[in-house]
Amino acid sequence: MSLKEVGPMQEIRNHMQIPREEYIAGGHSACQGCGHFVIVRHLLKAAGPNTIVVNPTGCLEVVTTVFPYSSWRVPWIHVAFENGGAVASGVEAAIKSLQRKGVLPKDEQINVVVFAGDGGTVDIGFQSLSGMLERGHKVVYVLLDNEAYMNTGIQRSGSTPFGAWTTTTPVGKKWKGEWRVRKDMIQIAVAHHIPYAATINPAYPVDMYNKMVKALKANGPAFLHAYSPCPTGWRFDPSKTIEVARLAVLTGYWVLYEYDHGQYKVNVPVLKRKPVKEFIKLQGRFRHMTEEQVKKLQEIIDQHVEMINKLVGKQVIGPVVE
Amino acid sequence: MPRLALTTNYAVAHAAKDSDVDVVAAYPITPSTPAAEKLAEFVANGEMDAEYIHVESEHSAASALVGASATGARAFTVTASQGLIYMSEVLYIASGLRLPMVLGVASRALSAPLSIWGDMHDIASLRDAGLMIYFVSSAQEAYDTVIQAFKVAEDPRVHLPAIVDYDGFVLSHVTEPVETIEREEVLKYIPKSITWNVLNPKKPISIGTVGDPDYYYEFKYQQQVAMENALKVAEEADREFERMFGRGYGIIEPYRMDDAEIAMIAYGAHAGTARVAVDKAREKGIKVGLVRLRLWRPFPSEQLKKLLEGISVVGVLDRAMALGGPLQGPVALDVGTLIATRMPDVRLVSFTIGIGQRDVRVEDLVRVAEMLDEISKGKEIPMKTIPIGLRE
Repeated sequence: MSLKEVGPMQEIRNHMQIPREEYIAGGHSACQGCGHFVIVRHLLKAAGPNTIVVNPTGCLEVVTTVFPYSSWRVPWIHVAFENGGAVASGVEAAIKSLQRKGVLPKDEQINVVVFAGDGGTVDIGFQSLSGMLERGHKVVYVLLDNEAYMNTGIQRSGSTPFGAWTTTTPVGKKWKGEWRVRKDMIQIAVAHHIPYAATINPAYPVDMYNKMVKALKANGPAFLHAYSPCPTGWRFDPSKTIEVARLAVLTGYWVLYEYDHGQYKVNVPVLKRKPVKEFIKLQGRFRHMTEEQVKKLQEIIDQHVEMINKLVGKQVIGPVVE
Repeated sequence: MPRLALTTNYAVAHAAKDSDVDVVAAYPITPSTPAAEKLAEFVANGEMDAEYIHVESEHSAASALVGASATGARAFTVTASQGLIYMSEVLYIASGLRLPMVLGVASRALSAPLSIWGDMHDIASLRDAGLMIYFVSSAQEAYDTVIQAFKVAEDPRVHLPAIVDYDGFVLSHVTEPVETIEREEVLKYIPKSITWNVLNPKKPISIGTVGDPDYYYEFKYQQQVAMENALKVAEEADREFERMFGRGYGIIEPYRMDDAEIAMIAYGAHAGTARVAVDKAREKGIKVGLVRLRLWRPFPSEQLKKLLEGISVVGVLDRAMALGGPLQGPVALDVGTLIATRMPDVRLVSFTIGIGQRDVRVEDLVRVAEMLDEISKGKEIPMKTIPIGLRE
């Protein structure tokens, strides 16, 4: 096991090599156990100091930048909720233009990274993201997906999973939580002919770190879909964030895979899947689910797993083993 | 100086090129589309060294401009109508972030009913957004004003976005002779220098933070101070422009006001029509003058007050309707405030003209002068906005 730290923008082999430098400071007002900070902290370590962050409205923005304080040690901008892709496009275009004109150093890569929530990405910011991907701006867009509008108090989004309780998909006489199937953002991103897209998960920090490095080195837009457990909105104990995140992978609910210049690869094969009920039993948002609903959720996951196995051409995510 | 035959759309595109704009983000909309096309042509031909972002909406055009400006680029776009109001959320933010981007707006009516024709409902909706708003009356003035707008917007006493507004079709699509200025000369007037706070990894700052009740008010007050400064800076910029290039406009332009007893206030292309109407009315013995408003935000209260001294009745010709307001003319409401607070002896009459590009004829405005004259001689003053050119 190598203990040698590497600099930013280089892949690592184990967690001991993760750089010690921090680009996001503590003292922010996020909830205990917030998945966002495990993710953002690691991704910024991978990107290093030569990075500009674009952060559409959401939890991450409001907990890090209440004036006159800021947790950000890299340049950071927030403009609005629905325009992360467009703002980042402008930042990237300005860098290109100013580098060409010699205002900024020509040989230095300045990374442009968006950190946006699921509401700001799959719903209100969808068009702006699509434009950015289609036009080919060299930006890494990170979707921090906690599967609902958490900043405004747990309302459903287009990324809320089947069965989940939220304050706008409450459990009542007629409604029993969310009844629709979420968008598949990786497939949507790949449909824009971008060079790199991947799912990441904070329980797998080395995989997460290396995917960020690949994304930053991609010759064009890259999309990272990060699974970000939210103890407050999902109703689980804040000490269980990583456990919940890991179970998402082990049940096939969250497959860690990537699309790298035309090639799909599953980075964390799961030969024997745990049943989804193992994952949902930790979370209060699924507590109301009937056996029938759990069965339906299991089917949705099975179908998704089958699609990914087809994409990679072999069975890397295996069947459910009780 | 090269002399070219240009529409106002093309004139603003030339001005952006000659200002060495670094980033353009534009989306097609009638009647500003030809300006967006011309800018693309300049970049395609290598005449303009800029990144051209083919955004998927006006909202993204404004957002990309904010990103570009916040990174230190000189940024420009053109739009109109629904496009401008679609941008409006981001434009308020651009002002709050104190970014000196410039927009050309070919003013057009707002739906419904759908109208692609000119009036100024679009720009009227942005009156309080914190952007400087220039009204121009010719292609030449549009060209010169885009350059002046960068000068004022980038001034450290200001740091606000600016709009150069020109009437859709009446100006945007009409070809006039325009003297352009060589880029090197323009850049002596507006040197490329990043005077505002930008995203720079060497000196990281956070832009667009949360302003809680302890701070929000002070941020807004600073924007107001910047607006007040912009008035003086705009006058300075215009004088310096005149010194260097021989053309100046002032921020408010009087015509035959010296011995006038009554006055009209107009802006945009129809100020030209009003000028002719003033001459005709003078021939009839009506002592009318004209004030052309070139800068609407910040509002030139002192300058207007000075021009209106000794005037008994003033009529404001507005090209938009503030529906349900005490008067419908948006500029009339401003002039009314000035009169109510500072010159109680002046009487105000509000008129709407050219709504949805209803024709504005010289004789319509001569009739306005006659009405103002009658009011000054004791006729009952109407308490409502008078719609000129409206069918019964």
